[in-house]
Amino acid sequence: MPDRIVGQPVARKEARDKVTGRSRYVDDLEFPELLHGATVRSPCARGRIRGVHFEGSLPWGEFTVVTAKDIPGKNCITLILDDQPCLADTVVNHPEEAVVLLAHPDKYLLEEARRSVRVDIEPLPAVFTLEESLAQKEIVWGRDNILKSIAVEKGNVDDVWARADFIIEGEYRTGAQEQLYIEPNGMVAVANSTDGVTVWGSMQCPYYVHKALVPLFGLPENKVRVVQVETGGGFGGKEEYPSMIAAHAALLAWKSGKPVKIIYDRAEDMAATTKRHPSRTRHRTAVSREGKLLGMEIEFALDGGAYATLSAVVLSRGTIHAAGPYLCPNVRIRSRALATNTPPQGAFRGFGAPQSTFALERHLNKVALAVGLTPGEFRRRNFLREGQTTATGQVIREKVDMSRLLERAFELSEYSAKVKRFAEENLGRRVKKGIGFASFMHGAGFTGSGEKYLASIVGVEATREGRVKILTASTEIGQGTNTILCQIAADTLGLDCGRVEMAPADTATVPNSGPTVASRTCMIVGKLVESAARALKQALVGSGLLPAQYSPEEFAQACTRYVEKHGALKTFSQYQQPPEIQWDEENYKGDAYGAYGWAVYVAEVSVDTLTCEVRVDDFVAVQEVGTVINPVLASGQIEGGVAQAIGFALYENVVWHEGRMANSQMTNYIIPTSMDVPRIRVYFEEVPYAYGPAGAKGLGELPMDGTAPAIVNAIENATGIIIDQIPVLPEQLMELLKVSRA
Amino acid sequence: MLDEARKVDVACKVNGRDHSIRVYPMARLLDVLREELHLTGAKEGCGEGECGACSVFLNGQLVNSCLIPAAQAHNAEITTIEGIAPAESLHAVQQAFIEAGGSQCGICTPGMIMAAVNLLERVPQPNEEDVRVGLAGNLCRCTGYTKIFEAVVRACRQMREQVRA
Repeated sequence: MPDRIVGQPVARKEARDKVTGRSRYVDDLEFPELLHGATVRSPCARGRIRGVHFEGSLPWGEFTVVTAKDIPGKNCITLILDDQPCLADTVVNHPEEAVVLLAHPDKYLLEEARRSVRVDIEPLPAVFTLEESLAQKEIVWGRDNILKSIAVEKGNVDDVWARADFIIEGEYRTGAQEQLYIEPNGMVAVANSTDGVTVWGSMQCPYYVHKALVPLFGLPENKVRVVQVETGGGFGGKEEYPSMIAAHAALLAWKSGKPVKIIYDRAEDMAATTKRHPSRTRHRTAVSREGKLLGMEIEFALDGGAYATLSAVVLSRGTIHAAGPYLCPNVRIRSRALATNTPPQGAFRGFGAPQSTFALERHLNKVALAVGLTPGEFRRRNFLREGQTTATGQVIREKVDMSRLLERAFELSEYSAKVKRFAEENLGRRVKKGIGFASFMHGAGFTGSGEKYLASIVGVEATREGRVKILTASTEIGQGTNTILCQIAADTLGLDCGRVEMAPADTATVPNSGPTVASRTCMIVGKLVESAARALKQALVGSGLLPAQYSPEEFAQACTRYVEKHGALKTFSQYQQPPEIQWDEENYKGDAYGAYGWAVYVAEVSVDTLTCEVRVDDFVAVQEVGTVINPVLASGQIEGGVAQAIGFALYENVVWHEGRMANSQMTNYIIPTSMDVPRIRVYFEEVPYAYGPAGAKGLGELPMDGTAPAIVNAIENATGIIIDQIPVLPEQLMELLKVSRA
Repeated sequence: MLDEARKVDVACKVNGRDHSIRVYPMARLLDVLREELHLTGAKEGCGEGECGACSVFLNGQLVNSCLIPAAQAHNAEITTIEGIAPAESLHAVQQAFIEAGGSQCGICTPGMIMAAVNLLERVPQPNEEDVRVGLAGNLCRCTGYTKIFEAVVRACRQMREQVRA
């Protein structure tokens, strides 16, 4: 038997294809008689459609043209509230909303045609900011512009203010952020009334796309097939929006009778698809003289854009993370997601938690200062421990030790010595150094009862060739799904990882194992792989073809013999919620997540007070995420998340002009390059989680949460200036430095 | 408007093979490689020379093929990711990317590997700053670059050992 496969740095399953350029992404797929598809979009933020005009001297007869009238079923992208049309029919609610679809074999001519369709719109007044939406300057959604509101109540906050020694208030903001996967969105569809609809594309969640296409075409479920192909990054940006593109490609294919490919160019992808919700968080915090949190009142608001899409669940995660990994007996959180006339904001790694964590981890530095404690000491006195309760009243059953993580992060980064040294060395220097940190957590899996409702299923198959195949709709989008799920199955079965493979994520052949989101693939889906693999072994042993103790060769022979004798052998496992998880959705009380990743991150920066540039010189990321299945892939996730959050903190600025992204190019929307990211130092503490595969929890989103506040805390340490919003661009820093000098 | 008559013949050598292709003179080299020659390893990430996912060698120089008009490829030698190593073998840089975890979603990987190979050809023993500058034209959104730097260092070591052996 080989050594345990879990914990080994097994090379990425599809690595060879990726480094040789052989991997086939959606734009690499070729189809005979292929048409290219394009989307004609709303030129304004809100209005009534008066007409569509096909102008110019183009051979319009050659084009397939689709409008809302051509939709065979329901004109909506089914998700949560079903309020978003697939194609705008009478009104538009945001710039770039899809109105008309075109297809043609020549993509150059198609682009000319796209520019020659004029959508005539009678403009209506629109709202563009959280404040305008809250003030109900116009009602643009529902009765009050509120997409979702949530209230969390713990203890009695009203009584704490009178007995508090300190009351500290603050307001914090974060901007929109583009996921900026390097592969733009794309889909290919084949559709007709006999065979139904098949789409191939870049996506995270094949069954979301499936769920959207079934009512759009009014087809039975087995007449819709969705296949994920190699996907060049997602980060949440390919969670819900691919349903829209798949719908568009499928409608064009349905009408033309030919395969249709829609590939967004970068500008279209950035302008029309989802981004991270802009946020505003207000804190009012009561603290005792001893530096203990007495009460927290938090008001959290997200700008959701024109339709509900996933805003309710983004708000939910942001709300639950708003009070952080701290014990506070009295907490009130009031949250709202608001409608504005921008393209809908959506899923992006962290899913609301980076926004509320930024606010809290900035605010607690302010609180510590007011109380007269160091930021580290203040947090140490308030860290949540095993047996204590979170803001939703969840009793922590994990053996969490935030103080230990803090201590280790401080040691590795030489935090205390540097605080002292920088304070001395910065005097009179133009370039000032600073160090800062954030302590935080991230819940793995769907919130509350989400996993129970998903009821995900995973299968494991023994093949005639003596191999093991994992049947799951969980997608590989770069994060390592293929490899870690194979490792988990191999480890369970005592096999070499090479004997296990992934079935393609094709809804015709794999069960619905839920979406590839929410740091759930390893912890939730991985656990199902583990139990399905165990069932496979039991079936083989039970059949008498496999001895209880076996070699990999004996296992392979048993698979072959079983299939020859009895036919296909597939075992399935369905999610069962651990009995102690109790969630009250109505009152937002109880076990919000089965488990959390816990972390302390330390950032070291240089701030040039003349050019106002900030450089991240060193970054230490210490976290406890249960057992690490693959150390190379796991640290790769943390490093990538930290880099993405460096962008969130310092560079990535979406410029809005009347609801439209004005800088939808890589030239003017700046993400970190190889010149901007330090070698990120990643450390794991491993405390096995009882309900995770081999003890693993989720980790993909965690690095997005604490990085930005750690960096901004470091800038504050370097310069003494107070920053309450990100991104911190040199322009803003210049203004703040000017004010602080005056 | 498009007009077949305006197409020109472009003769070039791609990955050691001679080709003659009839294309619009201002067609992008990226499209010629992907659509005419079916070499889909070079990717389009931005179409404006920012991301480097379409990087190839044009007469030994690292270029963004989305910015090269087809006419400029006339009589040129082009190498793409498909031609960086003999069939069924791997270049030391490719091997190092696998071992170090330098590729995640993989969409930037072909371009990133072209940039890394080009860097090691120009600067056989790069320091950290050389690596950072050498890869600055290639954006990666997954890795945070740390494991890409490790891959380049690893490849550099392997290539040195190969030379010694």
